[in-house]
Amino acid sequence: MFIRLIRFAVSGVLVLVLAAGCGGVGKSSSGSGDDAAATLTMMGFGTGDEIAKTRFDKANAAIAPSAAKASEGSFDAQAFLSAVASGTPPDLVYMERRLLGTYAAKKAIMPLGDCVEREKIDMSQFRAAAVTEATLNGQLYGLPDFYNNRVLMLNDAAFAEVNLDPSGFDTGDWQALSTAASRLTKVSGGKLQRIGFDPKIPEFLPMWARANGAALVSDDGRTAQLTDPKVVEVLEYTVGLINEQGGWSNFKSFRDSWDFFGAKNQFASNQLGAFVMEDFYLNVLAANSPKAKVSVAPFRGVDGQPVDWITGNAWAIPAKSPHADQACKWIKTMTDSETWIAAAKARAEVRQKENKPFLGVFTGNQKADEVIFREHVKPDPTVQTVLKAQESGFSEPALAAGEEFKAAWQNAVSRVLEGKQKPAQAMAEAQQQAQAALDKANSGS
Amino acid sequence: MNVAVRRRETWAAVGFLSPWLIGFAVFMAGPMVASLVLSFTDYDVLTSTDFVGGENYRQLLADPKVRSSIANTLIYTALHVPVTMVVSLALAMLLARVGRRSAGFFRTIFYLPTITPKVAVGVLFLLLFNGQVGLVNSALGSVGIDGPNWTVDGPWIKPGLVLIGAWSLGSTVIIYLAALQNVPRDLYEAAEMDGASRWATFRAVTVPMISGALFFTLIINTIASLQTFDEVYTAFYGSANQQTYGNDAALFYVVYLFQQAFQFLHMGYASALAWLLFVIIVVITVVQVRLSRRFVYYENE
Repeated sequence: MFIRLIRFAVSGVLVLVLAAGCGGVGKSSSGSGDDAAATLTMMGFGTGDEIAKTRFDKANAAIAPSAAKASEGSFDAQAFLSAVASGTPPDLVYMERRLLGTYAAKKAIMPLGDCVEREKIDMSQFRAAAVTEATLNGQLYGLPDFYNNRVLMLNDAAFAEVNLDPSGFDTGDWQALSTAASRLTKVSGGKLQRIGFDPKIPEFLPMWARANGAALVSDDGRTAQLTDPKVVEVLEYTVGLINEQGGWSNFKSFRDSWDFFGAKNQFASNQLGAFVMEDFYLNVLAANSPKAKVSVAPFRGVDGQPVDWITGNAWAIPAKSPHADQACKWIKTMTDSETWIAAAKARAEVRQKENKPFLGVFTGNQKADEVIFREHVKPDPTVQTVLKAQESGFSEPALAAGEEFKAAWQNAVSRVLEGKQKPAQAMAEAQQQAQAALDKANSGS
Repeated sequence: MNVAVRRRETWAAVGFLSPWLIGFAVFMAGPMVASLVLSFTDYDVLTSTDFVGGENYRQLLADPKVRSSIANTLIYTALHVPVTMVVSLALAMLLARVGRRSAGFFRTIFYLPTITPKVAVGVLFLLLFNGQVGLVNSALGSVGIDGPNWTVDGPWIKPGLVLIGAWSLGSTVIIYLAALQNVPRDLYEAAEMDGASRWATFRAVTVPMISGALFFTLIINTIASLQTFDEVYTAFYGSANQQTYGNDAALFYVVYLFQQAFQFLHMGYASALAWLLFVIIVVITVVQVRLSRRFVYYENE
């Protein structure tokens, strides 16, 4: 009896140990060589809509009889690290381009030079700003996917209410912008009822810096430039904008209460005058509150020129991907102009069936965009504005310590917004932290 | 006792304990030793690991964020633990008074929120405590109080989190309820015969008789508070968008540790941070155990 109990206990523990050992990303189910039919694993990409599904199917067809298996949810650093550390990296990974630098510097993802050469990938089809964001120390680490533009979105109803012309709203003229923001702001009973203009700092500080003729980091991604007087100046100005509209605490609490992705969003509920935002949000508005009139305009720098900060995802291949060759072929197809065009066509058909407008899809692939907007999207002033903005797209270079760099300046802006530090002081502190992180991360390369 | 019998019983005990012993060795002791070793390296999961001596520990002593996150965590613990214990005890005493039948129902009701995932509690916090439209400020407004922006104003973030902590005090309530039901009736009868007031009875009978349970929940809640992570991370750091506004007042120690480990890939440094927390918890617990000797009554003493 007693012996049996011990046996039972020990076998139970063994089961536990074995079960734990089997966690993580599994190796491909069949065949280990690149020639055999393999199942490619990936992280960070799901086939949630017709665009993803169409592209995914085309990419799989390109590597048949092998096939890639879609994952769930967005990129999760913890899951990726565990998979790499346990020697079972996925074959493919889909992540924000700004994260590539960190993993590239640590050699967790492979440079794509050989892949581009072998598969004869036409690099001229990709938009330059997207490629810049995926390039560290002159080497490409990811093929660009979407191309997220940032443009001004203006609430026509609010402008009409205060007798302002949306077309005259200009972020390049700071004096006029402050005046317009104040006029658009609505306070009642001591409570904020409408934000006049949301400059969206901390997150859009890189764009404001660019608008003021500066950059947070040098082009080679090695030197932080957070104490540049122009960066400090634009921070002072934007924080001032928020303070004039009730101060950060009220401003943020009010903004948190918006039904951002719902039918009663801040445009439909007249809770916002204008803000700068990623283009995807135009689709959200079109789907959820088609009756709310929203004008779109380019964000302008102090020199009057449009400034469009670009971000987006990319496809990368982990350094120890078991099927790197097929993975290369797969991402080539996934980001190819023909694939994007087929996906846009599928989306246009779905929209037509639903009797909803199709505003197009902004991709990192210039050739695809040309065809998509010529053949599948009805001419629309909103779309034209975003397309025009794309021509002045800029991106931040890939950084070996992207996350730490971002945390340094974002925390600094937060300290200023909370009134704990003055802009110059906060940025000086951030500069030290950011530079130390960059130096440490670059010391190995 | 016969030596052979004793030996057999010892083996039986070890046998019954073995699932836990082996589980502890593999899943707890192993990783703990590994993290201790890693705390002396610059481990980042992806590149080669180099021994750096006490560098990580030197760095954490000089890191202002370590100091501020420890302060945040200690302040939260100092507020959260007493509030949890007092409110739980009050609820448990109420529950102890209701009839046996309805007690089961109320016990379940009080315990239910504890089952809610901490992640949901984090989101709930943002909704209930929003300064402009949250239910808490609406309620305060109805009695003429202009509530603060709990989720944005630095000084109000921790009090807000303490209040939302009340959401999950069900387990403490259940422990107190069990303890209260074990207090011998005759002690209360004796106190009543002596003409003791309610407060005197509570102080001289109830508290000493449940002091074991009070002490247990003090230790458990203190340790849990020092390790607070889920709800704070969800509310303030869960998405890239939230991180953008990462408020220093919400940077709890384990949140900072997690950022260092999985966001900045400083696993060696994060291991050192983990060991510092371990030492802090051990010290606080030892102090509590020492003090408890004066206050806690065990029946077999």
